[in-house]
Amino acid sequence: MQGAIWHSQPLKGENPMSDPAAKSTLTHIQRLEAEAIHIMREVVAEAANPVMLYSVGKDSAVMLHLARKAFYPSPPPFPLLHVDTTWKFKAMYELRERMAKESGMELLVHQNPEAAERGINPFDHGPLHTDMWKTEGLKQALDKHGFDAAFGGARRDEEKSRAKERIFSFRTASHGWDPKNQRPELWNIYNARKSKGESIRVFPISNWTELDIWQYIRLNDVPIVPLYFAAVRPTFEWEGGLFMADDLPRLEKVLGYWPAITDRSIRFRTLGCFPLTGAVESTASTLNEVIQETLLTTTSERQGRVIDKDAGGAGMEVKKQQGYF
Amino acid sequence: MSGADVIYQTEALIAEDIEAYLDLHQHKSMLRFITCGSVDDGKSTLIGRLLYDSKMIFEDQLAALESDSRKVGTQGQEIDFALLVDGLAAEREQGITIDVAYRFFSTEKRKFIVADCPGHEQYTRNMVTGASTADLAVILIDARKGVLTQTRRHSYLCHLIGIRHIVLAVNKMDLIGYDQARYDAIVADYAAFATSIGIEAFTAMPISGFKGDNITAPSPNTPWYSGPTLMGHLEAVDVNTAADAAGDFRMPVQWVNRPNLDFRGFSGLVANGRVRPGDAVRVLPSGKTSKVTRIVTLDGDLEEAVAGQSVTLTLADEIDCSRGDVLAAADAPPQVADQFEASLVWMADEALVPGRAYWLKLASQTVSVTVSQPKCTINVNTMERLAAKTLELNAIGLAEITTDRAIVFEPYATSRALGGFILIDKISNATVAAGMLNFALRRAQNVHWQALDVTREAHARLKGQSPAVLWFTGLSGSGKSTIANMVEKRLHALGKHTFLLDGDNVRHGLNKDLGFTEADRIENIRRVGEVAKLMTDAGLIVLTAFISPFRAERDMVRALLPDGDFYEIFVDTPLEEAERRDVKGLYKKARSGQLKNFTGIDSPYEAPEKPEIRVDTLRETPEEAAERIVALITGEWMPVI
Ligand SMILES: Nc1nc2c(ncn2[C@@H]2O[C@H](COP(=O)(O)OP(=O)(O)O)[C@@H](O)[C@H]2O)c(=O)[nH]1
Repeated sequence: MQGAIWHSQPLKGENPMSDPAAKSTLTHIQRLEAEAIHIMREVVAEAANPVMLYSVGKDSAVMLHLARKAFYPSPPPFPLLHVDTTWKFKAMYELRERMAKESGMELLVHQNPEAAERGINPFDHGPLHTDMWKTEGLKQALDKHGFDAAFGGARRDEEKSRAKERIFSFRTASHGWDPKNQRPELWNIYNARKSKGESIRVFPISNWTELDIWQYIRLNDVPIVPLYFAAVRPTFEWEGGLFMADDLPRLEKVLGYWPAITDRSIRFRTLGCFPLTGAVESTASTLNEVIQETLLTTTSERQGRVIDKDAGGAGMEVKKQQGYF
Repeated sequence: MSGADVIYQTEALIAEDIEAYLDLHQHKSMLRFITCGSVDDGKSTLIGRLLYDSKMIFEDQLAALESDSRKVGTQGQEIDFALLVDGLAAEREQGITIDVAYRFFSTEKRKFIVADCPGHEQYTRNMVTGASTADLAVILIDARKGVLTQTRRHSYLCHLIGIRHIVLAVNKMDLIGYDQARYDAIVADYAAFATSIGIEAFTAMPISGFKGDNITAPSPNTPWYSGPTLMGHLEAVDVNTAADAAGDFRMPVQWVNRPNLDFRGFSGLVANGRVRPGDAVRVLPSGKTSKVTRIVTLDGDLEEAVAGQSVTLTLADEIDCSRGDVLAAADAPPQVADQFEASLVWMADEALVPGRAYWLKLASQTVSVTVSQPKCTINVNTMERLAAKTLELNAIGLAEITTDRAIVFEPYATSRALGGFILIDKISNATVAAGMLNFALRRAQNVHWQALDVTREAHARLKGQSPAVLWFTGLSGSGKSTIANMVEKRLHALGKHTFLLDGDNVRHGLNKDLGFTEADRIENIRRVGEVAKLMTDAGLIVLTAFISPFRAERDMVRALLPDGDFYEIFVDTPLEEAERRDVKGLYKKARSGQLKNFTGIDSPYEAPEKPEIRVDTLRETPEEAAERIVALITGEWMPVI
């Protein structure tokens, strides 16, 4: 055996805190934070007209907090854009207004007028709902304001096809995503140059996992929508899932009947449009309890969202090629 | 402790004392690594196994995995871990991995980010990409096959990118009956090769990704092996930031933070070393010094910032400092130079064009560069050096790089952050190469970058004008010289200091060694651009009248000058009209084949996309055009007619 060159480090007697790097240098959360801030500053320095897509979920909350850190004491030098489907929970609209005020950022809200006119809703229109409100709505909003770079809160660990997504993801003038035509990303050097009409989606929290997000929220007291915490709420069942009755008159209109309401202690693992996002029965009402439940839980995060299931395993990839975030 | 025990303990801790668990996890460090292996060496299986053993797989994913394993798996009824890490749909069908995918898992000690890269030679660029952020590389070998060409290629690339820790994972030990002699022979074989390319140390281990041997727990099947398990080793090695923190302080400035007149902060990611308020720092390339007064963050001022942190610094003095500058320890600043030897990995389908201008981005500096013809390329399979005229996709070579202005740098071996760069095509904007600066060439090292007393501004002030380059471009016979001459006369009459560069005064002297090939045309324009730049440094308004048919070369000149000083003036005369005028009879000669490479006939003209001024000679007389141009540059804008 090549003693001189081959070396091994016995593991005996190690305890979890004996990693010397953990003591003398940065923690994983500090490194992820520094990386996200670095990415945001690069975009602000190089893009002509950046915007932050803000969906009001926990990932958006963390991204917004990172932006505030990145540019402090200046407010983040770009607006927040909420591509609204009009089907968000009330609590989400409330937090949205509050965060815009606290951060000192301009809040832009876009609702696809065509979807509004046609009364597109998640009950009658299924995948078309996401397509019209979100996919089309996003394209409209970006075109209308001429944004050339948009921050998004997607993470690589969310879904298989996202594992290969770049941090800077290039879109053609028609917002298409061509998996073959993405740029290599070396070290932490990002090439933000683009031709007229092209735009970039930038994902500063690509390398975060769900647990990292929760840890960050806990360490920084990041405000999140109260629906992430369990409380007794009015619920109804629909097509085998459990949903919250947020706006009953409106629900009745689209369902065609007044659903049977039961009060249950529920919370949400992800927040989308209220009828598309299933609730889970839970009693986790504090942040620690929520994290505990998340860690012990046995279904993966996006399970609650209907969107990934429409097209088998490749659902998100197809969506992305069409321009969905 | 077996892998199963670790998981059980973790789960128990989460259930019993979530606070303690979270505190534990908050102090984890992060290790980024890359896995290298050829198709079927078991790379995907190994990564799937690591995810599985660290409990990163949820029950619904596991159920899907079991059903997929039966449908498309390669392991009969057993779980095929490789299916966990397959990515894009197209690849799934082809059964190979074609891009870099990033996976995440964590243990109680560390969070891990794995770059999963394909191993074929045609994916060299993907591997280099994955390696660029890695602290460690796992080189996978199929124990039945031993050290192969691809093993050597992967090791060479990892070494080239400067990965500090190399793990030789001899996989599929189950298929050779855990034979120690065979394992020892493979390790000896690899050691000989590793030494020959300069790898100083590596850690070898016998594993089976499929059966789980030596992954999280020492395997009873290899009692003769007393080294670490793979997971144990990944948890124990140093990460790059630890090494970076040991160097001299360097922070490339990304953004100047200026919320109001009372605050001016410099934002960036600390690349090396550490910094505290009171430290003396030097701004490069200007060389001016100051002291750090505060390290500002949203959570309050810091007493110290170390490599890997994104911060905002304030300085004691009002000195010039902007994006692209580097703040460094005052007594140990990095070098400043404009000519280098660099290693390049070519990443684009279109090959390198020596002499053409590309953008180079290094940290937050973006400059225009030209790349010489490569000194050699390296055959990544045999490590042989070969002569080459260019670099094709996936080629690795050595070349000289000349930047249009001096940049702050360090050799890549000293600092990834100040030595690693990318090259960007000026027209497609694609990232065409990754590069590593090896050293500055002598010529540039001798340049002393001191703040000159008589500055560009001082020259200009004395002349009472702002320097500019009026760059006339257009076909032969379009009217460039005519209009440029008129503009110069008018400016002169207004008391402006000008100079006109055209074919007559440049081709006969400075550029008399150049012909009309594409390479010579590029060099011609480059020299004219440099001369124009020097003249603007002297405070002059420079007019140039050259066909300058290529967009990349005009953009190169634009990049030489401060923003706003370059006016691209497109003298737009259609080919038919220029040919009809044919003042010098050149079109006739070109048509009859007496003149080769004539722009518009058998050589392309790339019209400007966004010229500052466009002159439509069919609608505007030369006098009118000259009037308009003078008005524009003296500040009285006149709308286009
Ligand atoms: N017996 C055995 N088979 C393995 C091992 N690792 C991988 N394989 C099998 O080798 C084949 C290729 O593995 P895969 O992980 O897809 O290779 P990749 O192309 O390097 O990602 C599959 O049939 C695996 O099940 C191992 O350690 N032992």
